[in-house]
Amino acid sequence: MQKIGVFVCWCGSNIAATVDVKAVANAMRSEPGVVFSTDYQYMCSENGQNLIKDAIRDYKLDGIVVCSCSPRMHEATFRKTAMAAGLNPYMVEIANIREQCSWIHKDMPEGTEKAMVLARAAIAKVKKNAPLTAGTSPVTKRALVIGGGIAGIQTALDVADAGYEVDIVEKSPTIGGRMAQLDKTFPTLDCAACILTPKMVEANQHEKINLITYSELENVSGFVGNFTARIRKKARHVDEKKCTGCGVCTEKCPSRKGLNEFNMGLNTRGAIYIPFAQAIPNLAVIDTSNCIHFKTGKCGICEKNCSAGAIKFDQEDEIIERKYGAIVVATGFKPIDASYFDEYAYTQSKDVVTSLEFERLMNAAGPSKGVLVRPSDGEHPHDITFIQCVGSRCSHDATKGKEYCSKICCMYTAKHAMLVREKYPDVNVHVFYIDVRTPGKNFDEFYRRAVEQYDVDYIKGMVGKVTVEGKKLHVQGSSLLSNDQLHIYSDMVVLATAIEPDPTARSIGTMLTASMDTNDFFTEAHPKLRPVESPTAGIFLSGVCQGPKDIPETVAQAGAAASKVIGLLSKNELVGNPCVAHANELLCNGCSQCERVCPYGAITYVEKEVRGPEFRGVKRVAQVNEAVCQGCGACTVTCPSTAMDLKGFSNNQIIAEVDAICR
Amino acid sequence: MSNNITTEDILRISGVDTRKCMFCGKCSGTCPAFDEMEYHPHQFVYMVQWGMIDKLMESKSIYKCLTCFACLERCPRNVQPAKLIEAVRQAVIRQQGMNHMTENDIPGLLEDKLPQQAIVSAMRKYKK
Repeated sequence: MQKIGVFVCWCGSNIAATVDVKAVANAMRSEPGVVFSTDYQYMCSENGQNLIKDAIRDYKLDGIVVCSCSPRMHEATFRKTAMAAGLNPYMVEIANIREQCSWIHKDMPEGTEKAMVLARAAIAKVKKNAPLTAGTSPVTKRALVIGGGIAGIQTALDVADAGYEVDIVEKSPTIGGRMAQLDKTFPTLDCAACILTPKMVEANQHEKINLITYSELENVSGFVGNFTARIRKKARHVDEKKCTGCGVCTEKCPSRKGLNEFNMGLNTRGAIYIPFAQAIPNLAVIDTSNCIHFKTGKCGICEKNCSAGAIKFDQEDEIIERKYGAIVVATGFKPIDASYFDEYAYTQSKDVVTSLEFERLMNAAGPSKGVLVRPSDGEHPHDITFIQCVGSRCSHDATKGKEYCSKICCMYTAKHAMLVREKYPDVNVHVFYIDVRTPGKNFDEFYRRAVEQYDVDYIKGMVGKVTVEGKKLHVQGSSLLSNDQLHIYSDMVVLATAIEPDPTARSIGTMLTASMDTNDFFTEAHPKLRPVESPTAGIFLSGVCQGPKDIPETVAQAGAAASKVIGLLSKNELVGNPCVAHANELLCNGCSQCERVCPYGAITYVEKEVRGPEFRGVKRVAQVNEAVCQGCGACTVTCPSTAMDLKGFSNNQIIAEVDAICR
Repeated sequence: MSNNITTEDILRISGVDTRKCMFCGKCSGTCPAFDEMEYHPHQFVYMVQWGMIDKLMESKSIYKCLTCFACLERCPRNVQPAKLIEAVRQAVIRQQGMNHMTENDIPGLLEDKLPQQAIVSAMRKYKK
């Protein structure tokens, strides 16, 4: 006969107010197999745990049931307690009489009865438990960072400085991301390139960092500590070892049709190009969709002019397959497509631009060399209207837009307004706003400077429509404070468009089985206490891929993600979960259904000699890789011959629980 | 004068939830009849929410609305101010007692050349 101990927790008044804990403890004492049953105010406290340890030793218990909160809360605590008293930790069962009982019932007799039923079910299960021992798996001491913007660069630098190897995979030909496109940064107005490019150089020169640019992640398999990633390194058609980045080819290229991505398509570039002057790696790349050689087989001017002989038209994509212990997602963002908001005439006039386009128009390396001109005719603008919250803060049932606040727009609009007034005091600047949101160190002071020092005309209200009237843009909006409808004739309109996760985030999330919210932002393991970890073990989050944030917040989060990666990589091995699937080879009929449903690829089939009372011989049976299995149980419910079972949650144990409840 | 029309009445007739409004003013920014109106679209939302229905019912603004639905189309919160204005107008009509005609008069009036819209608007014309 087994010796089971039952421990009923009050959880202060959380449980005891709705469940008669003494009655539950008394009733359990008469259950078959139970040799000890008691109650205590806080079972998770040190005294409570000592009570459990003493009972295990005194009564030589070989299984315990703790009637308390959800196993998510304290199962690990009580398993450790049991282990300290010499009991296998998997001989512990939790009856959840708080979240699933006391918190949802008001009536004491009803709650007490249900608590007794739940306790009986746990007793029935623990009687069928078997001691389990967790296996271990080694940790590959290398991290993969997906995305080479400021978030990815900072995470990589921090991990590499701790002595671990890091690969950054970046889909575009250079690292730098969105921050490289910015002109100045708020609230200090220092130049973005001046603070970013040294970090890009550092990442490039760091002996532990390996940049894999112009490359995309194709597939990820494995699990925490043991991921395998397949990366497609797209052909640049330029030999990376020979190209010196001199840029002669980019000047000689006769094709001028490719839109310059770095300048948000405001001007064009050659078919062979270097994204921008400080690009890293500083290598040319051929855009085959615009290259005359790739379209007609002729031309080849770049090849003739390259003194290094670096042009390789026949270069092919390369597949890199490598193992990683941890993966950091830093996929960043893009502004939403402003053409959805055509009441602002974005598609009708070149002089209506998004804020990111405006950054390029203000930047010395931009299409107008830093001289602010109207994109339509190159003339100096005299009146500019900024419109905030374009596509942000829309309701879920509105026809377009995002529900969230994009967080950075108030500050960058204040920055733009201020920079324009600083450089061109003759330009009138209006800003239509709903609320100015400036929580952040020195942020509100910055916005007030725009109003008080630079005379920016802040108007509380929204613009209803923008119409093109001759060379002017007729801006019709409301001024709520004066209860007026305003008609402003501007030369340029700048839309503070909402930001959204990069379109590649969704497929990467699927590859990593990392959960995302309805807006395609990655979900954190806990919104407050685990903000840089994905619920999927070994996957970490850095930057805007998790939610809108500015540069300082991104850098802080990147460092936090790095510290989590370092914590993981510093371990030599990880203790696994022993609650994994295993196949009863005598029952297995070799149908392969479990192999097909397994989301982790943990099941393979082998030809094996099997000896049983009714069968002897070689047959095809399922085999579970215990290191890969996550214990989800999909195979056990799929198996038509009940050969698949989950340790710790076997069919027998679950049926025993159901029987106890129905008794 | 009190019309005994409550916020709840207007919300029920219109199907609008005024709490969704964030008072950005885009409706009034877009309204082509703005200059004609004493109370503007965003004020309708505010005044209905806070029970100032009588003022709205007495105002000429309810007849100045062109029902062009620009405010409804562009509202980022899908509040639909035009439906609120229509509901206030409806409330006024319902207070005015009987209609010009009853549904039973319609079959006799039907004529190929007469637009049905004309009959519908005739229904709405009140005695007083």
